[in-house]
Amino acid sequence: MSIGIVSAAYIAAAVLFILSLGGLSGQESAKRAVWYGIVGMGLAVVATIFGPGMGNLLVVILMVGAGAFIGQLVAKKVEMTEMPQLVAALHSFVGLAAVLIGFNAQFEMSRVAEIMASAPTSLNETGLLAWLHEQGIDGFAGKVAHKTAVELNILKVEVFLGVFIGAVTFTGSIIAFGKLAGKVDGKAKKLPGGHMLNAAAAAGSLILLVIYFNTGALWPLILMTLLAFFIGYHLIMGIGGADMPVVVSMLNSYSGWAAAAIGFSLGNDLLIVTGALVGSSGAILSYIMCKAMNRSFISVILGGFGGTTGPQMEVEGEQIAIDADGVAAALDEADSIIIIPGYGMAVAQAQQSVSELTKRLRAKGKNVRFAIHPVAGRLPGHMNVLLAEAKVPYDIVMEMDEINDDFPTTDVAIVIGSNDIVNPAAQEDPNSPIAGMPVLECWKAKQVFVSKRGQGTGYSGIENPLFYKENTRMFYGDAKKSLDELLTKIS
Amino acid sequence: MKIGTPKEVFDGEARVAMTPDSALQLQKLGYECAIETGAGAAAGFSDATYKAAGVEIVKTAAALWKAADVVAKVRQPNETELKRLREGQTLISFFNPAANEAGMEAAKSKGATVIAMEMVPRISRAQKMDALSSMANIAGYRAVIEAGNNFGRFFTGQITAAGKVPPAKVLVVGAGVAGLAAIGTATSLGAITYAFDVRPEVAEQVESMGAEFVFLDFEETQQDGAATGGYASVSSPEFREAQLAKFRELAPEVDIVITTALIPNREAPELWTEDMVAAMKPGSVIVDLAAEKGGNCKLTVMDEKIVTENGVTIIGYTDFPSRMAAQASTLYSTNIRHMMTDLTPNKDGQVVQNMEDDVIRGATVTHDHAITFPPPPPKVAAIAAQKPKEKAKELTAEEKRAAETAAFKAQTKSQVTLLAVGAILMMIVGAFAPESFMSHFTVFALACFVGFQVIWGVSHSLHTPLMAVTNAISGIVVLGALLQVGSGNWLVVVLSAVSILIATINIVGGFMVTRRMLAMFQKS
Repeated sequence: MSIGIVSAAYIAAAVLFILSLGGLSGQESAKRAVWYGIVGMGLAVVATIFGPGMGNLLVVILMVGAGAFIGQLVAKKVEMTEMPQLVAALHSFVGLAAVLIGFNAQFEMSRVAEIMASAPTSLNETGLLAWLHEQGIDGFAGKVAHKTAVELNILKVEVFLGVFIGAVTFTGSIIAFGKLAGKVDGKAKKLPGGHMLNAAAAAGSLILLVIYFNTGALWPLILMTLLAFFIGYHLIMGIGGADMPVVVSMLNSYSGWAAAAIGFSLGNDLLIVTGALVGSSGAILSYIMCKAMNRSFISVILGGFGGTTGPQMEVEGEQIAIDADGVAAALDEADSIIIIPGYGMAVAQAQQSVSELTKRLRAKGKNVRFAIHPVAGRLPGHMNVLLAEAKVPYDIVMEMDEINDDFPTTDVAIVIGSNDIVNPAAQEDPNSPIAGMPVLECWKAKQVFVSKRGQGTGYSGIENPLFYKENTRMFYGDAKKSLDELLTKIS
Repeated sequence: MKIGTPKEVFDGEARVAMTPDSALQLQKLGYECAIETGAGAAAGFSDATYKAAGVEIVKTAAALWKAADVVAKVRQPNETELKRLREGQTLISFFNPAANEAGMEAAKSKGATVIAMEMVPRISRAQKMDALSSMANIAGYRAVIEAGNNFGRFFTGQITAAGKVPPAKVLVVGAGVAGLAAIGTATSLGAITYAFDVRPEVAEQVESMGAEFVFLDFEETQQDGAATGGYASVSSPEFREAQLAKFRELAPEVDIVITTALIPNREAPELWTEDMVAAMKPGSVIVDLAAEKGGNCKLTVMDEKIVTENGVTIIGYTDFPSRMAAQASTLYSTNIRHMMTDLTPNKDGQVVQNMEDDVIRGATVTHDHAITFPPPPPKVAAIAAQKPKEKAKELTAEEKRAAETAAFKAQTKSQVTLLAVGAILMMIVGAFAPESFMSHFTVFALACFVGFQVIWGVSHSLHTPLMAVTNAISGIVVLGALLQVGSGNWLVVVLSAVSILIATINIVGGFMVTRRMLAMFQKS
């Protein structure tokens, strides 16, 4: 395959990727869009394999085969509640691949430099090319051999950046995976020194870049990789559980930038385009998530909630418990019901019970809808996927802005395992740490039931005045068990 | 300690403050229970059932008052009973402290603690011991039953072979606990029910019980019920006029009127005047639940049933709870038992008179040789005050336009600044970087731009599939590894091979899991 056909295939793949992302604007078009992505990827890989400068085809086929097998195995096995972990794990792969490819580029550079140094000076342009071919300098190495001094310097910066971003993505994603899978403690933790350590590591990396730029030696690159590994680890360790939607989309963005940086070093436009697409997608998602929490990106990354300006409002009253019979009776009388799921529903794997409840209530002619807060769960759109898995029709699943005005005309609001996203303190108490965060105004419904494991506070550790409101009743217990008990009372 | 319940001495009182069930619960708190013989007989609880529940039967009232450390009863104690109080004894009962100075003095001089059940504050935590509410609930129910007993027709409308029966129309005045109970009973019997209350915020509760709220055509900001602890307050003369006019309009239509309007520590307001009674159809029934405080209708005779000249029955009984003694005793004894639970924090049968506790402090009227009535206002507000709603300022057309232009200008300004800064940065890069880099950089910048434009359109509910798909396509780094794998250096080959492996996992896993997710999204 000539270089022209390969380029054409790359253009087609880039267009298909853009269409694939654009198609996600609706549930139906998304089903087609994913095929665009698959075809685009297939085109790109096939064109590269059969394009110029390829070798070791056997290794390639073996690895692609094994990777495809493992990939489909993982995709089939994963539970929908484990999606956040899977996404984080896959990000770490991209990060690691970027690091390895960056190192390869370094090895090739030094190899080419060595061989070029021993090249006979008598050769002209074509003669040199033929000689290089004899020496086994093909493909990427061949490209490197033709670079001018300035271009080589730029290449060094590109390789350095690619490895840096890749390394941060790699360890960061592994920690995010650990936290989401419950293998690492979800609380925000920092080593003594806090963000000064990160800043010091970043400054160290900058110094190493200068050394690497001047010498082209391997050791600054290795040292920088270790520092970047540390930054990724420490950065994500310092961010708590409820900020995970931001973290995951941020890592998504990083994996894209890493791919783009690798594209620069290899001079491959398709890599650059795709990396940029993924990078901006992740950046926008992070922005949306931060806006949904009314917090700046910086404050999320630096971890912990921002400073409060005064004493928090005292919460008065008491939490009144209710049993399944009471909830069933209220649901029986209600005409309109809004369900607000949160991470607690995912933890308790209660989505099937929620779906069954919805089905039965809808069969009785009641208007049942779902209100989804943008940061509900641990992944952007997490709740939508869980509800879809449980076969809740997507047209009754509403966004916050769509449904917030409907609460005053709603008979019953059911809060299942969410806390901060339904906290009225965000609106009522200017001193609250979450003041100004947009929340679902469920307390405006005539009656609110809160399914919750115990009396503890949410992730942010803030008292939730909702639980003390006159029209709120607490339905204590594991979400799944509580709902199953409720289902026995509702036929 | 021992809890004792004497037989009620008030004439016609059938209730009893301890039932066999409540006695079992009290014993769990560590108390011994005693009851005067025959105390529960009028409410249908025999001595034998008490005995079976482990309650000691005491022959005389005097012996019981002597033996018991805590005396629980229903009615306000009479003089003889007050004399029987002794140092350190606790009396739990209705006490009417506001009009019972003598009783409080007597208890104070004896050194007894008196907990007045009507003084339990109206806060959520104390609902379980709010005997006024539980008794009012019974009174409301019974009022409808008494009315039905004296009303010659059906409540519910029927069309039968023998002809058509119109439904009865019931008006409930005052939607407190008793009023709401009456509304519920009347609607469930099938009557068309109207309800009125001076507190407009209860309209919702009235409607939730199935009655229609009678709104007045009257412009006045009503005092928020929250300011008076959830009770009604005195209304202005103008308001009263509007209210009476409305009732006059309704009087010829309604068949049954149940009045429950009471204002704390005042005589009952007159709401159903003589001319309204005269306007009613013969056979109509008025039940005046405020009879004890003078009645909402001036024709009412306390504790009696009268029939007016035009055939309207007016019922002025004050003993509705006692008329349902079994039910009333069960609820009242449960209120008492909850009070004891709060008084016995350690469940060891020892009363702890914690005067810091809002509920206990509020209900205690004498303690330790001192009169502690009236109590200070509770620390917890009974009902959260409704905040005045702020009205969004209506903007005029010009102001709107001005705001829009200003926003547009600001937007243009920020965009132009961003573009200018971007252009300068590009030029700096372009000035130093070689041409090959710039061509790649152009592609990069355009791709970022396309990405930003495209991603904003993605539906919120598809954010997880978006992440999975971007994840899959970021596996494109596989191209980098593919280009390097043909190298002559074995280390490069190994590293490339590993990269190809994991990038492929990423691609295949990402796409497949996206497809799985998207297939799940279904329309109903």
